[in-house]
Amino acid sequence: MLPEAVRELTGKLGVVGNASALHSAGRQARRVVEEARERLAGAFGARPSEVVFTGGGTESDNLAVKGLYWARRDAEPRRVRVIASPVEHHAVLDAVHWLAEHEGARVDWLPVDAYGRVHPEAFAEAIAHDPGDVALATVMWANNEIGTVMPLAELAAVAAEYEVPLHTDAVQAAGQIEVDFAAAGPAALTLSAHKIGGPYGIGALLLGRDRSPVPLLHGGGQERDVRSGTLDVPGIAAFAVAAELAVARREEFAREVGKLRDGLIAAVRAAVPDAVLGGDPVDRLPANAHFSFPGCEGDSLLLLLDAAGIQCSTGSACTAGVAQPSHVVLATGADPELARGTLRFSLGHTSTQADVDALAAAIGPAVERARAAGLS
Amino acid sequence: MTDASSTTTRPRLKVLAAMSGGVDSAVAAARAAEAGHDVTGVHLALSKNPKSFRTGARGCCTIEDSHDARRAADVIGIPFYVWDLAERFREDVVEDFFAEYAAGRTPNPCLRCNEKIKFAALLDKALALGFDAVCTGHYAQVIVRADGGRELHRAADMAKDQSYVLGVLDDRQLAHAMFPLGDTATTKEQIREEAAERGLFVAKKPDSHDICFIADGDTQGFLAQRLGTAEGDIVDESGDKVGTHSGAYGFTIGQRKGLKIGTPAPDGKPRYVLDISPVDNTVTVGPAESLDVTALTAVTPRWCGTAPQGPGTYTAQLRAHGSETPVAAEVVDGELRVEFAEPVRGVAPGQAIVLYDGTRVVGSATIAATTRRGVLDQGMSAPTAS
Repeated sequence: MLPEAVRELTGKLGVVGNASALHSAGRQARRVVEEARERLAGAFGARPSEVVFTGGGTESDNLAVKGLYWARRDAEPRRVRVIASPVEHHAVLDAVHWLAEHEGARVDWLPVDAYGRVHPEAFAEAIAHDPGDVALATVMWANNEIGTVMPLAELAAVAAEYEVPLHTDAVQAAGQIEVDFAAAGPAALTLSAHKIGGPYGIGALLLGRDRSPVPLLHGGGQERDVRSGTLDVPGIAAFAVAAELAVARREEFAREVGKLRDGLIAAVRAAVPDAVLGGDPVDRLPANAHFSFPGCEGDSLLLLLDAAGIQCSTGSACTAGVAQPSHVVLATGADPELARGTLRFSLGHTSTQADVDALAAAIGPAVERARAAGLS
Repeated sequence: MTDASSTTTRPRLKVLAAMSGGVDSAVAAARAAEAGHDVTGVHLALSKNPKSFRTGARGCCTIEDSHDARRAADVIGIPFYVWDLAERFREDVVEDFFAEYAAGRTPNPCLRCNEKIKFAALLDKALALGFDAVCTGHYAQVIVRADGGRELHRAADMAKDQSYVLGVLDDRQLAHAMFPLGDTATTKEQIREEAAERGLFVAKKPDSHDICFIADGDTQGFLAQRLGTAEGDIVDESGDKVGTHSGAYGFTIGQRKGLKIGTPAPDGKPRYVLDISPVDNTVTVGPAESLDVTALTAVTPRWCGTAPQGPGTYTAQLRAHGSETPVAAEVVDGELRVEFAEPVRGVAPGQAIVLYDGTRVVGSATIAATTRRGVLDQGMSAPTAS
């Protein structure tokens, strides 16, 4: 968490009013919330009235996907088709699966290329098949695992042409690449505070004013009647501070961290010539590097690198904690065997050249050892 | 390779601690870390579709157990991973369990798991990844002789001793085994107290008793689901039919309960399972005296060290929580021939016999055939080599 956001959060913990109340403490709290709303909107090219505060990225994704589905289907019962990319975060992916299993949704999974990118032509083709039965489309702005950036403005233009609401999960993109709600033009956009240096448990859904998703949470009618619940005033204030800083520092951060990341990719390739870079080599998140190491089990590499002081991630884990082949890597058409040996290296504000050097020194021996241990 | 025998007097080792989510393995990992070793915790996922919560007295294999193990590792302050060994476990332990019962034998899956999973699949991967030893919460001791050889001994606390299920380990496996709970005379209550003092919330977790992969503890139901039901005869020693059963695999030699024989024996004494013949799906019952085993032959012996030469006298243990009994034993043509000083009962083919010299484990073998009252049993198919 950014020190400025920590200061804002702890400073505002003393503001005890309920932002929905009419008394003076409530008015004070509401002022904090509304100023934060304006600042957050400004940072991401939205109007203040388009900001719906939520309990985090997962809630925003669920609200957009389920809420828009329900609203569109209720207005027109034919609209039960959900068009989604297969490389979405589980917060979207599992919500879509849930709609298919419980709410009669039919899902069209969009084709992606070897970099995991959805092409506008393929998107248009999917909608054009029968524009009248589409409830919504959802395509993430940038992929959290392999770093590929989607052509979001082009996709949003296609969606607008067919009057299909497009939701985009921009949790990974925010603070790393330019995210402008109005300029890109999706109907709904998910943000998470903790991914940009803000507190845990706070997020937002940027939501066009003509959109009224059916709420997940019913209650006091806060947040445009779309998301009820007493607002987390200090969290919201800290979120806004973090958002402004992340956007203000974005270009410099991307330049600096991108340089480190390029060095990291070169170093890994030099040490392990057959390592396969995941995602688009150029048009990718600046802080992301993703590799598949043939013949290695991802969790073996994780263990060996962690012991060498390097923290990285495999794709994802099941509820028991077993590393699973990533659905993202599989969706790009990678060999399932190869998908078992993937690692993601994420860089941040505190990453240094020394970190990259340490990885460069450790990765070769670790891969050699993991290969000896084999695929169990 | 570095010495892995002790947690206290040896140099710092890279240790992989197998953590089931129970109290024993958590305290074992904590002791290894406290002794200065570089410990990493690993929980073995042994089921492809684990249940969410523990039910009954099982020791692992649920998501809750995996979380308990992770939580303990966090408190100890060691890295923690979950490794998926479900496929190996299914092949080497669960399938073996079915095959043994189908052949009329009585397997010990815990022993098989130690032999094939913890000290084979897991140990091999650990060694390949640069670890020196695998640490578990078993109650047993590894003692290093002056010549550097290793011996497996009973735990200092005989009541908790688990050397029987480790009797299958060979020299190489022992060289990389660490049992931090075995060398102190600690009762389970003391282990629980120690866990509580260390802040390990698994301190009060119930002990596990049943077979971990049988969720509801119903072994017969588990076997029936896979092996199906096949009605057959229950006969007495003279071959007269006294009842029917729904699958010969459902019985264990020495079993008395659950026979459901309508008519009592002529002498009114209880009857026990004497023989199981999967070939003709027949179960033979008879009086307790007929269970008296005077000798046995056991196959695929594994030795903790060098194989004994010539005949010798030992004590033998025939069940996980059984008592010791004096025997004379000799290896003949690769098979272990054992004669009991006093007849013993309830000896089932498929079970392991572990030989001891004092507290030292000499080796183990799988019982193939028994001799009762001087007659070698007929109809026993040889166990599959494992």
